[in-house]
Amino acid sequence: MIEKAFHGGKIYWAWISALCVAVVIGLLAYLYQLREGMWVTGMSRDVSWGFYISQFTFLVGVAASVLMVVLPLYLHDFRAFARITVLSQFLAVGALLMSLLFIFSDVGMPMRILNVPLNPTPRSMLFYDTIFLPGFMLLNLIIGWAMLGAEKRGEPPRQWVKALIYLSMPWAIIMHTVTAFIYAGTPGRGFWMTAIMAPRFLTTAFAAGPALLIIISAIIRALTRFRVEERAVQKLVTIMIYALIIDLLFLGVEYFTAFYANIPQYTETFQYLFSGIGDNRALVPWYWCMNMAIAVSIAMLCTPRVRARGPLLVTACVITLAGLWIDKGYVLVPAAFIPNVFGRIMEYPPSWVELTISLGVYALGSLMITALYRVVISIREEEAGLAVKSTSL
Amino acid sequence: MGVDRREFLKIAGYATLFGLGGKAAIDILAPGELEASMEAIPLTKGKRWSMVIDMRKCLKQQESSKEGCRECITACHREHNVPDWGNPKHAIKWIWQDKYEHVFPEHPNEFIDEGVRHKPFILMCNHCLNPPCVRVCPTKATFKREDGIVSMDMHRCIGCRFCMAACPYGSRSFNWGNPRKAPKELNPDYPTNRAYPERSKGVVEKCNFCVELVAKGQLPACVQACDKIKVHALTFGDLDNPESNVRKLLREHFTIRRKPALGTEPNLFYII
Amino acid sequence: MYDGGKIVIGLIIGIGLFLSPFFYNAGTAAKAPDPQLTEKAKEAEVCVANKEYMRESHFSLLDEWRHTAVRDGERYYTAADGKKYYKSLQVTCLDCHSNKTNFCDQCHNYLDVDPYCWDCHIVPEEKK
Repeated sequence: MIEKAFHGGKIYWAWISALCVAVVIGLLAYLYQLREGMWVTGMSRDVSWGFYISQFTFLVGVAASVLMVVLPLYLHDFRAFARITVLSQFLAVGALLMSLLFIFSDVGMPMRILNVPLNPTPRSMLFYDTIFLPGFMLLNLIIGWAMLGAEKRGEPPRQWVKALIYLSMPWAIIMHTVTAFIYAGTPGRGFWMTAIMAPRFLTTAFAAGPALLIIISAIIRALTRFRVEERAVQKLVTIMIYALIIDLLFLGVEYFTAFYANIPQYTETFQYLFSGIGDNRALVPWYWCMNMAIAVSIAMLCTPRVRARGPLLVTACVITLAGLWIDKGYVLVPAAFIPNVFGRIMEYPPSWVELTISLGVYALGSLMITALYRVVISIREEEAGLAVKSTSL
Repeated sequence: MGVDRREFLKIAGYATLFGLGGKAAIDILAPGELEASMEAIPLTKGKRWSMVIDMRKCLKQQESSKEGCRECITACHREHNVPDWGNPKHAIKWIWQDKYEHVFPEHPNEFIDEGVRHKPFILMCNHCLNPPCVRVCPTKATFKREDGIVSMDMHRCIGCRFCMAACPYGSRSFNWGNPRKAPKELNPDYPTNRAYPERSKGVVEKCNFCVELVAKGQLPACVQACDKIKVHALTFGDLDNPESNVRKLLREHFTIRRKPALGTEPNLFYII
Repeated sequence: MYDGGKIVIGLIIGIGLFLSPFFYNAGTAAKAPDPQLTEKAKEAEVCVANKEYMRESHFSLLDEWRHTAVRDGERYYTAADGKKYYKSLQVTCLDCHSNKTNFCDQCHNYLDVDPYCWDCHIVPEEKK
């Protein structure tokens, strides 16, 4: 099946080439960071985690969202999802590849990364991530590939594949929960010290993943003859609305607890995010955008005219995704270090080197997802009785 | 305080046994410096090493001259080849000073005693009884020794900086660059101690309570430096021994610790 | 078979890449290492273990030293003859073997191993 990834039209190859260029640029930036040391990033003694760890966190969420497609299909027999599960699973594979590469980009001694499995330390939450992330990646790659093979042969998927699918459901929840525990288990960082972090991680993941899937299916629709069923898209929108409303509730609970109890350790970072402290307000516009984006997304998605397919729905999904990316992929990690444990403020803007490496990682992940999707789409187009050559992609 | 003759011989004996620290042990226990030395327990046999910082003595010394006093900091950073990057973003700190308000941010008091307001306090790793940094380290590169010292295995650290996120005291520093490339004009005689290693870029480091000196029967470099100028503000001793110098100080003075509410049980005590 | 020609070309490139180290190193046989002892080391006559063991397994010993000294706080090593040594590459080993270039590097270069000890451990200044 993999050979299908090497057949495509002009747009396909232009996109692949662009991604390859971005990967090479990212790799060069990485080699520079490796040679010079981590001072080339924007991180500091005070803000010691930044953009890389943020992306890792956000992408684990994207991967975990596969649950929102698999669960309705296999527990509630919602058949319309049968044709998009594999898209969601391959998205998870790419997202986890990127997550792992972001951790790799963040450590100061990448050549020693095997010290983690060589000295297994179950009391460290990172230990669980090193098990659950590669595990989930492999699980989804195997499941997706096996299902696609069965589909091509016109057979129902084998029993062992189904067993793996059931295994992947709790796996997704645990994987994202241990990611939240990395943060929620650190004393002295009031912004992270919240029991609602893991639940919020899951709700934002379950909104961000479907939003990305809707955007992707719109792109596929524009470029190929493969169509994602309308019923499936509408179900994804419903899931998004629920997830966003629950997230809004969780956010409100968070704000109430912090501001009403008014314990400085818990309010300081929120104060920095909402209004800045002194002249330090780098994250203020971002944080307001995040809050607005969630409110606007809910309003838009609840409007029937927007929900109907088309550019408006995609716009709503882009706003959702942007808002949730700011939340987990930009603010959550560095904000907990501001103010620092001494009550001093050191702000954090990511450096160009950091952003270039991140671009490279995103390009590599997109390359993998594109290739896997190419295979899926070819098979779907063949099924629809269309010659591969006739597609523009 | 003071050390009896028997104890002196015991410590000196331990030190000479290995043919290395003999001279050093005598240095520590030379007349006039007996006060800060260990009581009833040789330095190599502690169970819960701790430090009591008498800020009254420290501040008095700092205020006695215009330049203040940085003896302990200089001694420590020279002993352990800690470079000066001249940049707070990438600073490496084992022992340092900060204002009272930043050392104890959990004790805000608008109308605080002028005796401590904005006064420079000494900070270092607390060698907590329940260290969060040890809890989160994915490779056990940072670990708690049997004698209570929270130590770093530089050979194993992968530089993930989870410990820096977990430490509520800002006691950990990351090598953002290669210390050998630290600005020459700020580090003219680096490496300052050819008997102690440097670090590579990409690992985390922190105060190690001078494990390398304690192993030889010597007091930590900061304590030695403070004793040398006869200030004796720093007292190093075993909290596990009810008769130790530190336990005696704690019995007789009111002391505070940084962020005790977090349950980390710091082993650094401040006499205000 | 499709694209037979392409496969053959691919194979040739593949084999060529695989063999490239041989071509790269061809005709540049390195001269055999000849580690030198310093006067101090000659005088001492014995190392912490016998010569054969040190030649073949010094890195295992060093690995054990660094592990036990750093992690277990056991900083002294008792040699077979009962003599005690302070476990330290920098302070003990390099005190006798203060000629890193003529002692350590000889074999390391020959075997193309690049131990990262020297990233942190300070090498004694050598007189030329």
